[in-house]
Amino acid sequence: MTASVLRLGYVPLIDAAPLMVAEALGFAGEEGLELQLTAAPSWSALRDMLAGGLVEAAQMLSPLPVAQHLGLSGAARFEALSVLSINGDVIGVSGALAARMRTGGFGFDFADAAAAGHALVAAAQGSLRIGVPFPFSMHTELVRYWLQGFDLTLDIRTVPPPRMAEALAAGEIDAFCVGEPHGSVAVERGVGVLLLPGSAVWAFSPEKVLATRAGWAEAQPELAGRLMRAVWRAGRWLGLAANRSMTSELLAAPGRLAVSAEVIERALTGRMVISPEGEERLSAGMIEFFDGAATFPWRSQAAWIGLRLAGRHGLDAAVAADRARLVFRSDLYRLHLREAGADLPGASEKLEGSLSHPTAVASERGRTILPVNRFFDAQIFDPAAPLR
Amino acid sequence: MAKPLSIIVVEKDRERALLIVDGLREAGDHEVFVMADDFALARRIAERNPDLVLIDAGNPSRDVLEELTLASSPMERPVAMFVDQSDGSLTKAAIEAGVSAYVVDGLRSERIKPILDAAIARFHMVQRMRVELAETRRALEERKVIDRAKGILMRAKGIGEDAAYGLLRKAAMDQGRKVADVAQALVMSADLLK
Repeated sequence: MTASVLRLGYVPLIDAAPLMVAEALGFAGEEGLELQLTAAPSWSALRDMLAGGLVEAAQMLSPLPVAQHLGLSGAARFEALSVLSINGDVIGVSGALAARMRTGGFGFDFADAAAAGHALVAAAQGSLRIGVPFPFSMHTELVRYWLQGFDLTLDIRTVPPPRMAEALAAGEIDAFCVGEPHGSVAVERGVGVLLLPGSAVWAFSPEKVLATRAGWAEAQPELAGRLMRAVWRAGRWLGLAANRSMTSELLAAPGRLAVSAEVIERALTGRMVISPEGEERLSAGMIEFFDGAATFPWRSQAAWIGLRLAGRHGLDAAVAADRARLVFRSDLYRLHLREAGADLPGASEKLEGSLSHPTAVASERGRTILPVNRFFDAQIFDPAAPLR
Repeated sequence: MAKPLSIIVVEKDRERALLIVDGLREAGDHEVFVMADDFALARRIAERNPDLVLIDAGNPSRDVLEELTLASSPMERPVAMFVDQSDGSLTKAAIEAGVSAYVVDGLRSERIKPILDAAIARFHMVQRMRVELAETRRALEERKVIDRAKGILMRAKGIGEDAAYGLLRKAAMDQGRKVADVAQALVMSADLLK
């Protein structure tokens, strides 16, 4: 039997790992798939590749498909078949800003988002220019959510991740929120200090999704199922602590991330070097590929994104939440991953932000443990009552 | 006659930029500006308020232009991505040529098409030039390495240049490798022995 060829696009980041592992370690081959991976130079380029039919599926920023269905980003319509990665972003500041924060007595604990916000506002003197990779991204959402309550004028600028360190060094931005390894790259180049992991703002945020053109998975159910299973098994492999050093070697191989394995491994192990002076901080849950139903596309996650976007763009909240939740295809996830052995949660929506310790919930096979998912401000998002 | 369109080409390389600008001038009497993709790109484009922006699809700074599509409220969006326009074959040709176009909403497609046709043709030329340049560089690098390897052999074995090249070629044939690869291995080993 000849393998069916599927073309996949990605942006070279640690969270593209599930696609690379599915291809390189044979999970796709087991499903009779030959994956052809193409690296995209930017998120717009990747979006156009998927929209224009140059690839069948792609790693995608979780808010982008939601923004499309709210009419905020172009004519193309994508949907999320599964979540590829949870967390994985870091927030960092320039050396100058870090020095002012230290003078103010801040200890850079790399954990407490509220304390970091206060210290940042005190040092920023009224306004902050912060770089993010793309307007519709979890980076943008985390930065806005984190700093919305502070008295600070935010100037959020788009900076391509490989240029984030350079932009910080050139004084074009004061801070950034970017996916690993690019935060650690800024530290390595001696131009930035890491302030927080994204997980300090929202402990379990859907960062990237496996996206296809809307309707593709239903038109090609056989192929979609094989792709979803291959990527899910890759996620399960990535979730095992024993595989971390092999993962970092794999991502550091020629033609992939162009960053050393040692730097990549920091986010995978949670052993972060936060400053050019070499200060270390441990941060559990820096990036998650499998545990805690990480790959399940919760409709409540999509609704949260939809409501955040609606609030900023003056859209009707109830309509936005309803449209958004349909973009995360938990129905297709159940359909195609049940036979692969995925433990499927009993519900497709949950209270986002409600768990401050790991909690067992009902699943199809009994019980599954959901991890901590709290927001730094202890707010709880109830997808059933978005208008309250 | 329709008023000339204002076009911005984002391209750092001067030679490539001139090539594209020449092509666009042939497509009509338009105002063409060239900008490098520095950090102030979004602001400088917004200041110019162009009808059309052309950028290499491979340029990571493309994401910066996405901000322009969101510049005002979603109800009055000034800029659309060309990939969204209805003309499927033109869109595909643009993607293949590696050009991304951002077009002010409401600009008629018969005004855009000749410009994009010209841009697509020129971006194809730019791509070819890039491949040729890479090939030339590689060939030059290989020749340099082969020359160094020949020199090493000539000194070590007291033989002439032709004999040294003959040894390299024979080793390459015996091992089923390229002469340049054998030369590279020899140069690297010789460096280690220094």
